[in-house]
Amino acid sequence: MSGSALTYAIIDGVLTGSVYALMATGLTLIFGVMDIINIAQGIFVVLGAYLSYEIQLHWGIDPFVGLLITIPTLFVVGIVVERAFMSRLKGPEKTAMSILVTYAVSLLIEGSLNMIFSVNDVQINAWYVNRSFKLFGVYFAYIYVFGFILAVVLLTALWALLYRTRFGASVRASLADQTAAALIGINVRRVATICFGIGTAVTAAGGMVFGATNAFNASSSYDLISRLLTIIVLGGMGSLGGALVASIGMVMLEDVVGVVWSPVWSTMTFFIVLVIVLSLRPQGLFGKQLARTA
Amino acid sequence: MPILSVSGVSRAFGGVQALQDCSLEVAEGSIAGLIGPNGSGKTTLFNVVTGYVRADQGTVRFREKEITGLKPNQVFALGIGRTFQLTRIFERLSVLENMLVATQRREGWLRGLTRSKSSPEEVSTALELLDFVGIAGLAELQAGALSYGQRKLLELAYVLVADPQVILLDEPAGGVNLTLINRIAEKIRALNAQGKTFLIVEHNMEFVMSLCDRVTVMHQGSDLVSGAPEEVRRDPRVLDAYLGGGDDELEEVAGG
Amino acid sequence: MGHWSRAVWVLGLVALALFPVVVTSPAYVAIGVFTLIYMACASSWNMFSGYTGYIALGSAVSYGVGAYTMALVSIHANMAPGAAMFWLVPLGGLVASLVALPIGAIALRVRRHTFVVITIAIFFVFQLTAINAGFTGSTSGLILPFISWNESYYNVPFYYVALGLVIFATILSALVRRSRFGLQMLAIRDDEDRALGLGVRTTSVKLTGFALAQFTIGMAGALYAMFVGQIFPQFVFDPLFDVSIALMAFLGGLGTLAGPLLGALILESFQQWLTLTFSNSSLYLILFGALFLLVILFMPQGIVVFIRDRVTRRAAREKAAVAAAETTLAGSRA
Ligand SMILES: Nc1ncnc2c1ncn2[C@@H]1O[C@H](COP(=O)(O)OP(=O)(O)OP(=O)(O)O)[C@@H](O)[C@H]1O
Ligand SMILES: [Mg+2]
Repeated sequence: MSGSALTYAIIDGVLTGSVYALMATGLTLIFGVMDIINIAQGIFVVLGAYLSYEIQLHWGIDPFVGLLITIPTLFVVGIVVERAFMSRLKGPEKTAMSILVTYAVSLLIEGSLNMIFSVNDVQINAWYVNRSFKLFGVYFAYIYVFGFILAVVLLTALWALLYRTRFGASVRASLADQTAAALIGINVRRVATICFGIGTAVTAAGGMVFGATNAFNASSSYDLISRLLTIIVLGGMGSLGGALVASIGMVMLEDVVGVVWSPVWSTMTFFIVLVIVLSLRPQGLFGKQLARTA
Repeated sequence: MPILSVSGVSRAFGGVQALQDCSLEVAEGSIAGLIGPNGSGKTTLFNVVTGYVRADQGTVRFREKEITGLKPNQVFALGIGRTFQLTRIFERLSVLENMLVATQRREGWLRGLTRSKSSPEEVSTALELLDFVGIAGLAELQAGALSYGQRKLLELAYVLVADPQVILLDEPAGGVNLTLINRIAEKIRALNAQGKTFLIVEHNMEFVMSLCDRVTVMHQGSDLVSGAPEEVRRDPRVLDAYLGGGDDELEEVAGG
Repeated sequence: MGHWSRAVWVLGLVALALFPVVVTSPAYVAIGVFTLIYMACASSWNMFSGYTGYIALGSAVSYGVGAYTMALVSIHANMAPGAAMFWLVPLGGLVASLVALPIGAIALRVRRHTFVVITIAIFFVFQLTAINAGFTGSTSGLILPFISWNESYYNVPFYYVALGLVIFATILSALVRRSRFGLQMLAIRDDEDRALGLGVRTTSVKLTGFALAQFTIGMAGALYAMFVGQIFPQFVFDPLFDVSIALMAFLGGLGTLAGPLLGALILESFQQWLTLTFSNSSLYLILFGALFLLVILFMPQGIVVFIRDRVTRRAAREKAAVAAAETTLAGSRA
């Protein structure tokens, strides 16, 4: 393997990986707090991408500025979905039901997006998408760096929210143990709704960067969700740090395989690594072992 | 020769040393008690014996055979049954079906494919046991609908159905009213008379002291004192353990 | 089983058996074949996932493996096109079950939430391999030996074989539910660790159930391949298939015998009819999603349980009314 390929893999892993980390954090947060696996996360990313695309197309607003509109919009979408459907899921099959319900939500949105935008691929365009610069001998479009900065800013904000605020303390308590959190007077239901909103809102930013770095249509959501799920399972479901490490690691690995072997098989590495890791460590890299012994 | 012996078992969870060089012997045909302040490692010891938690060190023997590290199903197959502190039943099965899950200790899994859910003998044994604990009338009810006390009785009954030789009970009297406590004690005595060995964790001192032949006190993961109920009651170290633990049971131990 | 439910089963079977006799239009019989294929798959899926609570979202692996077994064997063995190819249907099931063994051995090591995700991941491994490997014909697919039956009755033999699969899957589910093995699967659904401590060999039970469920799904895939005559990796390894049969089972009633059959009957015939009438798959996605959400909101237990509860509640109410009337009567007499 040439040195520049490795450099490329490392840099891209950090740049692109952090954007995936942002989207995966939303997913793992929702799972940790609510025991809900949100299959619709993939289509939310695509929705975010389309929103940015449309805002730029019709109003000429730069996609980064447009985030001021798209992030709150997706936050509201998340709240609505949570209130309408997720809050009704109860009982022992809650998690299983959540997968299917969010899948249904996903199909609903996918069908609507197909009808509105057709199935032809589009891509967000801007000067930072077309222009590149040299980083350690490898060319990168500016969007990768801007996307990285955006992801870092938002992840930091999320981190501050979780670790520096009262609300964050309730969220972390709920992540650790929902029943105990409820017992010490935390309104777990409200925490859950807001977390779902936050978990969805981050897809607006992730979607914007995704839409600027990839041509997409509604069915891009399948590829996205399978990657995101792989990442959060690999990192350990409910583990925020795990999602970050797994995102960056997986994108790096995918790049390396793509260069050394063939891009055709690089996607597959994702899944093969997952299968191998889980056969060795069923709870994921940073997950906690869950077995009731009392 | 003790039927069950634990020697030098240690187990840590992260920074918490739940068991620390803990040893214990249970004589065949006896009713042994295990007491100690909250968090002293009683449940963890049960988990180690029944294969739910791996021991970092030490051995567990059943008769002559070393059973350290066996899987829960293997331990069960040898004839050691247990109940859980927070009862665990199959909520969406009927009470009778709950009993049937446990009827065979060592049947191969392939056999399970080819045989029906239950033989008439298994059903009648199950019903007899339900009758024995007094909930035969609820056999067809979905188990999730049972009250707390009924769950305790069901758990006791389905542990018995596979005819184990040693039965570990984790707080059988916890959260149960006095009449039911007496009934459970009565059942334990009756089973003991039939030759079953018991190891019982319980915070209700009266229950333990009146029922058990021998009592072991645990403190901070180790066995502190073992002896006849009277000796244990008089031992000053026991008081200290409970005092140190700041536990309400102190008065019961002292006065009981 | 009560008289009523037995009557419903018999009536349903008779209706399905007579369908191609009454409705002779090939287009509608074809819809019938697809619907029956999905009914068999949903029922079989439920036999593992509904009973154990381990939701598998990679069933298309078995479906695709079955389809490719049919295609590859019939092509490479130079089989004479015709009814003899039906013998490959059970072979497809067998291969699917064998492939499921190592998959299950890995996927079933993890607990149920992770299991869902790992089955999705394994599905994508298979899909990507099938799309990129040479022997699957890649994106241009494989053409099976052409069966030159008369167009007006071409679909009929497939219809009855598919009905046979449905009956097979249903009987198997019923037998499993009555066996100790089935009881053990249900115990695993409620509390796996506890079941283990009561002597249930949870790993073997789960793996056996998983592999067994793939048998019918593999057979259905093989039948599908023979029926349509040409297969593409992206259609036999279809993520929508994975979720469709799960949705069908949930819609009808997870863990029940009739539920998955009913759910598949409703959803698949609806989808086929929709494609036939509108040829708009986006509309289908929307309606499919909306229908499922409505069901979740109004009958989260599924249609069968919803109806059963209504019936038993009504019976209870009537009984109570009769009892009340009798007491009043007795009171007035006294
Ligand atoms: N699975 C586990 N993970 C982490 N810590 C554990 C686990 N099981 C037990 N512990 C810890 O080990 C210690 C001993 O717990 P254990 O349940 O054995 O106590 P106990 O004597 O049964 O208490 P109690 O009388 O309250 O039931 C406690 O500090 C507990 O928090
Ligand atoms: Mg305890």
